[in-house]
This record gives sequence, C-alpha cells and structure tokens, in this order.
Amino acid sequence: MMLEIRDVHKQFDGQDVLRGISLEVNKGDVVAILGPSGSGKTTFLRCLNFLERADRGQMVFDGEAFDLHTATKADIARIRKKTAFVFQNYNLFLNKTVLQNVTLGLTVAAKMKRAQARDIAVAALERVGMASKLDSYPNQLSGGQQQRVAIARGLASSPEIIYFDEPTSALDPELIGEVLSVMRQLAQEGMTMLVVTHEMDFARNVSSKVLFMEGGSVIEEGPSREFFEHPRQERSREFIRTILRK
Amino acid sequence: MNERLWNILLDAFPKLLRYGAEVTLPLTALSFLLALAVSVIVALIQYANVRVLRQICRFYIWIIRGTPLLVQLYLVFYGLPSVGIVLNAFPAAVLVFGFNEGAYMAESMRGALESVSTGQMEAGYCVGMNYLQIMVHVVLPQAFRTAFPALSNSLISMLKGTSMASTITVMEMFRQAQVINGRVYESLGLYAEVALIYLLFCTLLTWLQRLGEKRLASYGGARS
Repeated sequence: MMLEIRDVHKQFDGQDVLRGISLEVNKGDVVAILGPSGSGKTTFLRCLNFLERADRGQMVFDGEAFDLHTATKADIARIRKKTAFVFQNYNLFLNKTVLQNVTLGLTVAAKMKRAQARDIAVAALERVGMASKLDSYPNQLSGGQQQRVAIARGLASSPEIIYFDEPTSALDPELIGEVLSVMRQLAQEGMTMLVVTHEMDFARNVSSKVLFMEGGSVIEEGPSREFFEHPRQERSREFIRTILRK
Repeated sequence: MNERLWNILLDAFPKLLRYGAEVTLPLTALSFLLALAVSVIVALIQYANVRVLRQICRFYIWIIRGTPLLVQLYLVFYGLPSVGIVLNAFPAAVLVFGFNEGAYMAESMRGALESVSTGQMEAGYCVGMNYLQIMVHVVLPQAFRTAFPALSNSLISMLKGTSMASTITVMEMFRQAQVINGRVYESLGLYAEVALIYLLFCTLLTWLQRLGEKRLASYGGARS
C-alpha cells in the first residue's frame, strides 16, 4: 500500500465538511473522487496536501505515519515533496514563462542547477505537448494549455502521486479533451492519481477506483466498473442516473 | 519683458537648476527610497497578518495620513530638539518625507499584494517553496508591477513636496528662489521660473514612468 488515509474530519465555522473519510491507494491506482457539489471532495483532497488543516485524521505514506492535524512543517515538506497538486484554476505563476513555471520549484525549492532543471522541465513539457511554448506567459495561453503546463509543473518533481482538483471544471468544453487525454496518458504510464472530477467518462473509463462522497461522508467505494455497473447504494444509483441523463 | 527682468531670470536659471539637481533631486531620491522600504515592510506585515506589528502599522498609517505634512516637518525639526533630539535640516526632511509618503505607498503596496491570487501562493507551497521564496519569486514581482503607477505618482508628488523643506531651512531649489527674490523683488518672474523647472523635472519623471511601464508590460500583457 502506498497511501493510506484514515478518518479525516474537518469543520468550517462549526459545520461538518468531512465526517471521517478513509481511503487506501495502491501504486498505479487512479482514484476518481465523485459526488455532488458541497460533498467535501475538494476539501478532502486539500487536506491531504495540507492546503487545509484537517481537524483529525491519519495518513500513512510509503510506510511512514503522519497525523493530519498535528503534522509539523518538516512533515508537510516531506509529504509535499512526494506529491503534486493540480488546481481547478491552474494557478500558474503569472510573472513567469512556461519554462520558468516548471523550473521554479526545482531551482528555488530543490536547489537544482539551472541546466538540469531546464532539461527536466523540457521533458515534462514534452509529455503534455507544451514544449513549443517555453517562452510564453500564462496569459498568452488558453485554459487547456495552462492546465497542461500546470500538470508539467507537477510532473517535474517526479511525484509519487498527483492530486487533481477538478482539473477540467474551469475549461471551455472544447478544451477539456486535451487535458483529459494528458491525464489518460499519465494513467496508462502507471502514475498514481487522485482525481476530484465531474467527468464521468474519465471516471468510468480511466479511473480504476471510485470514491463516492456526499455530505462529507463516503457513500460507496470500489472498483470503477463495479461502481458504474452494479452500484450497491441507492444514493449511488441515483447519482449515476442524474449524471448520465445530462 | 524688460531687460532687467530678463537678465535676472537668465542669471537665476543656472543657480536654480544647480540647487534642483544637487539638493531637490537627491532629497527626493533619498526620501523615496526610505518611503519604498517603509511601505514594503508595512505592507508585508499587514499582508502576512502579524498580530501586534499589524496594529502598530495601522496606527502609523492613521497618524501620518491624519496630520499635515507641514506640521510633521515642524514637529520633527523645531519640536524634537526640546526633548533632546536634534536633527540637521536635510536628514530631518528625508525622515519626514520618507515616513509620510511611505504611509500612502504602503496602502498602494498592500492593495497590490492582495491583488495577487492566493492560488499562486498555494501552488508555490505545492512545488515545495516556502513563504519567503514564494514572496520573493512570485508575489512581490507581480505586486510591484501592479503598484508601479501608484508608486510613480507618489514619486512625482514627493518631488514637488520637497519644496516644503524650505520651511525648515533646507536650502533646496524653492528656498534658493526665495533667497534670490529677497534681493531683486521679482516674485512673479522668479516663482514662475522655479515652477517651470519643477514642471521640467516632473515631465522627465512622467516620461521615465511610461518607459518603465512599457518594460514591465511583459507577462504577456493582460488577457483575463
């Protein structure tokens, strides 16, 4: 087991947002985290990378145990080193070029030599088909291109797992495909991924596992095929029906 | 225009220009550098929400913005000696101008800092950078770009404001005009002349501002 998450709780202003979420992730798993808006999917993902501090919860990452509530700065740094995070709004550094967006973490945080960082960045950008735009600024790119650069930025640090927080939700419909195809390719290459998404095709055909959440709790969890073909819970069946009707 | 006046103005011009270049401009430059340092520190403290320091910053801005610059000059130069703090006129002027404009610039800087999306901060954390690294490489450069027009405004207003240093005996350009006028009684001509030189300096700064904005207009321009 690569990553084990147990009993994550989180409140915002006295409101329960997460009521004990647990999840096991094996190397190479692609987990789609599904659920209606407000179900706590994004908060859950953000807690795993300490963008939100969970009120309670444990994490075992590569055999090393962490408490999500009390993790120290050093713990957080160690976990973030092994992970990458892709945001809904890309969050590229607007004052940096495409190349600099990818190298910045390597040269500044990991103290890597410039030339080496450049090689790694170019390779990462090639994987997402953005190596021809090295000197462009984010504002000169379409949303789909920005998101692909953001994925390359994540890939550059050779993470063991990538968290995707609704990576296509801010995109115009015609741009969603290019981002999904990059993600599909990563999945095929064996990258471990946790993906909060509303893209049912992706969840059904690419992800290996589904975590279905509602109201801050896990309603159903299991292999994607089973979830879509034989959902065990009435609520899951309802959700799949509404989604497929769209 | 009679010949006497013409000769007076012609005679005064290089003197005024010299005091402008040797006193007014350095006074402006030093005051502005101080203001810049003060404003960045004050803005960062508020941005990072450091508890007690933040209160002190708000207090500082409240006091400075709520009292006249001229009164501040008098307080520091004529007032402080009675409690044993004696400053020369020039450094006193730099201190007052710097801390005065610094309060206004701090608000411009704070607004500019807050205009940088928090998402970029989060992305910085996720690629392993710490707070300081993210500020230096991502947030501050963008904030400076956003604040640049407001900061240029402050610089220009400060340049003209240094004429007030004449009231605390700093022999700068305007004081020099007063001194010459005391000898020859040509108020209209001399003050118009000194106004013209201020205008010249400000035009130069405006031109530099445009040049600066053009260079900074990178980041691929605005698209949003």
